[in-house]
Amino acid sequence: MKLTPLTKGLLADALLIIAAVVAFYAFPYDLAFLTRIVIMAILVLSIDLILGLGGIVTLGQAALYGSGAYAAGLFAIHISGDPLLGLAVGMLAGAAIAFLSGLLLMRAEGLTLIMLSIAVALVLQEIANRARDWTGGADGMRGIRMDPILGLWRFDFIGQTGYIYVCCVLFVVLFALKVLKASPLGLMARGIHESPARMRAIGAPVYQRRLILYTLGGAIAGIAGALAAQITQLVSLEVFNFSHSAEAVIMLILGGAGKLYGAIIGTVIFMVVHHLAASVDPFNWLFIIGALVLGVVFFVPQGLLGVPTALKRLIGGGK
Amino acid sequence: MNTFLSILVDGIAYGMILFMISVGLSVTMGLMRVINLAHGGFAMLGGALAHWLIAAGLDYWSAMALAVAGTMLIALPLERLLYQRIYRMGELQQVLATIGIAFLMIASVNLWLGSTILPIPTPPLLRGALDLGFRTLPYHRIVVIIAGLIVIALLFLLIERTRFGIRLRAAVDHRATASVLGINTAAIYALTFMLGAGLAALGGVLGAELLPIDAYYPLRYMVLFLTVVAVGGMGSITGSFVAALGLGILDTAARYLVPDFGTIAFYAAMMLLLTLRPHGLMGRGHA
Repeated sequence: MKLTPLTKGLLADALLIIAAVVAFYAFPYDLAFLTRIVIMAILVLSIDLILGLGGIVTLGQAALYGSGAYAAGLFAIHISGDPLLGLAVGMLAGAAIAFLSGLLLMRAEGLTLIMLSIAVALVLQEIANRARDWTGGADGMRGIRMDPILGLWRFDFIGQTGYIYVCCVLFVVLFALKVLKASPLGLMARGIHESPARMRAIGAPVYQRRLILYTLGGAIAGIAGALAAQITQLVSLEVFNFSHSAEAVIMLILGGAGKLYGAIIGTVIFMVVHHLAASVDPFNWLFIIGALVLGVVFFVPQGLLGVPTALKRLIGGGK
Repeated sequence: MNTFLSILVDGIAYGMILFMISVGLSVTMGLMRVINLAHGGFAMLGGALAHWLIAAGLDYWSAMALAVAGTMLIALPLERLLYQRIYRMGELQQVLATIGIAFLMIASVNLWLGSTILPIPTPPLLRGALDLGFRTLPYHRIVVIIAGLIVIALLFLLIERTRFGIRLRAAVDHRATASVLGINTAAIYALTFMLGAGLAALGGVLGAELLPIDAYYPLRYMVLFLTVVAVGGMGSITGSFVAALGLGILDTAARYLVPDFGTIAFYAAMMLLLTLRPHGLMGRGHA
């Protein structure tokens, strides 16, 4: 049977929803961890948009994630505890920071781009550290209280509402990205990924398109940050940590870049391995993570979603 | 005036340490076009070896020499087995693979010596200070500055005046052509990589007072070393030297004068410079 890309996508979505529901009932005591995985998956999806689709290699996604988290936290404390409004604020903050830093970043490439993106996150972290009156500095921002979602569903102690809430946001983001990927902007981003010079030659405004892509990625990363702030009711300086950016990129490559579902699969596998390794041996789990990263880069450079294709090619005799 | 002198001496000493650790990174990045995020790991390995050897009863100087030699011996199989494959990857894969190597280095040192700070006690000779009458200069800073000057002089002689240096420059300029001319570029790569690792180890040991050694050293200072390379321009030794001194003095000055905004000033300066000169001070801008 030959599946069209559309039915394939619908099938994958159905599987994803089933997996989310099964996880909800199978691990009722690990909902906090599952929620963290889903939030991370949204952050990794935002990188998939920038890196997987647009081919823009940065290591500073934490800057956008952290801005969303702090914006949502401040909004909840000072203005309103409504979760959805807070989400919008986080999204706007992530997009604004991405746009402003992107004005500068999208002109650079290679090592310079990587360094600049890291520097943006570090500068924001230092600003958050200094603005103690607003952010709580190194102690973190406390006192975030969330109202019920749409006035109906209260955030409960074991995290059922939180899990369902982040899953819904994940599906909305995934759907939006699918639409974006098929849109003219998405096609142009693919062209820029494959050959910026050729796209420039046929008249595509490469810099401007990259900036739009980066801003949209910032919006999604801001959503992820806002969710983290709302669910944990705490924002600390660690949201801007370099390790956040690096681990998110590793998760994306693990699953396979540019395919959206790869981002989700990579996040789940990485977080679960990380969780298990850290609980089995809290001191030496970095061995496992290091080996995992090297194994992926050396043996499955296309990510785990690339494995079936590679196997098919192997069995089919190089067709 | 006194503050100014303190800034200058501390800043130059700090810059020399940064230079020693980063120059190997710059040359390997210029030569092999590889973004190596694990380079700080060699400085940490040098420091950890020195800590261990001194704890085992060796004196400071022989521990330092053995630590540098040991780090170079560790770097050789790493280059032959791992890095050789990494050279041919795309930049994203390089970044990830070298982060993986950095993780493994951290985990190894963590397992071997634990996650506490690994002190490298300096000999009594380095602990005193030279009295100039109007102020004092710690001997440690003087030794660091002199060591830095010796390293750049030797590097200059090696690259400009020896056969190895000629081959190295040829390989940096164009690997394929160099290899067609009969230069064994694989051997040049391995030697250069070892040299860079050895210099990083030297910088790690000498700089342990300024940048304390512990298992998470490679990640903590990774951005700092990469900044030196990015600002100096990949593959340029002079660039690294100027960038390391400049950043060392800037960072020290910011810490003395505007302690609240030191970090912001440092990264703001780096961002400004990289915006104006995307290939660094002395970079040649490879397409």
